Amino acid sequence: MENQEKLPVKKILLILSKATIENVYACFILANGARMEGIESEIFFTFFGLEAIQKDKLRDLRVATVGNPAMHIPTLLGGLPGMEALATKMMKSEMEKLDIPPVDEFLEMLSASGSKLWACKLAMDMFKIKKEDLIDEIDGILTVGDFYERADGDRTQMLFI
Amino acid sequence: MNEKTIAGYCVKCNDQGFMEDLNEWNEDIAKELAKEESIELTEKHWTVLKYLQDQCKEGVDITMRKVGKSGIVDIKEFYQLFPKAPLKTASKLAGIPKPVSCI
Repeated sequence: MENQEKLPVKKILLILSKATIENVYACFILANGARMEGIESEIFFTFFGLEAIQKDKLRDLRVATVGNPAMHIPTLLGGLPGMEALATKMMKSEMEKLDIPPVDEFLEMLSASGSKLWACKLAMDMFKIKKEDLIDEIDGILTVGDFYERADGDRTQMLFI
Repeated sequence: MNEKTIAGYCVKCNDQGFMEDLNEWNEDIAKELAKEESIELTEKHWTVLKYLQDQCKEGVDITMRKVGKSGIVDIKEFYQLFPKAPLKTASKLAGIPKPVSCI
């Protein structure tokens, strides 16, 4: 094994299908972290993941307080009005301390770093989202087939979030 | 800890080639390391390296975001100057430890 040549990953394709803060940040940190290591990265925003690239929605993403046992909040309490907003506010303040940027700034960072940002055509049609609703940094609107074509080398990895 | 000879100078490095002591750094070392990365150092590169060294001396944990907001270089330009893994490469050339941040 020791003599085997190492073949590190060259490109990572991430599919973001959710819009809760924890999923969006996991995706962005992985995409940005890849670029920082000299690995190509691309994100395909589909279904609820599209919220993260809609101009009027991306600043209001929330953490899930219901159905999330790791929050350690009883489900009934988690469902109370204002709980989501409170938990989100706390999480955002902790992230700021670690120099993790807010969603809009993070998207600008990713784009400047050379990460490709793609929106899913089918999900856009389904939610009746228009291109104008999306941030300017988006590189294009792709079908699933187009996105698979982006996996064009044997050291490409794909990850669904 | 390892010792490595770069541009004729014997310096202390970790196993990934990051220098352990900034006092041992000089411009010849940076030029030699840049050659290994196929980077030709311009005035702008030196400004960035100097900025990273200053941040390190002040004990700041350097992140991509901080570099982008430094007013020295924006993120896009930072990637153009050091195309492969900019923060890591620039830190290596500047003779400072490998950055530990994920951002």
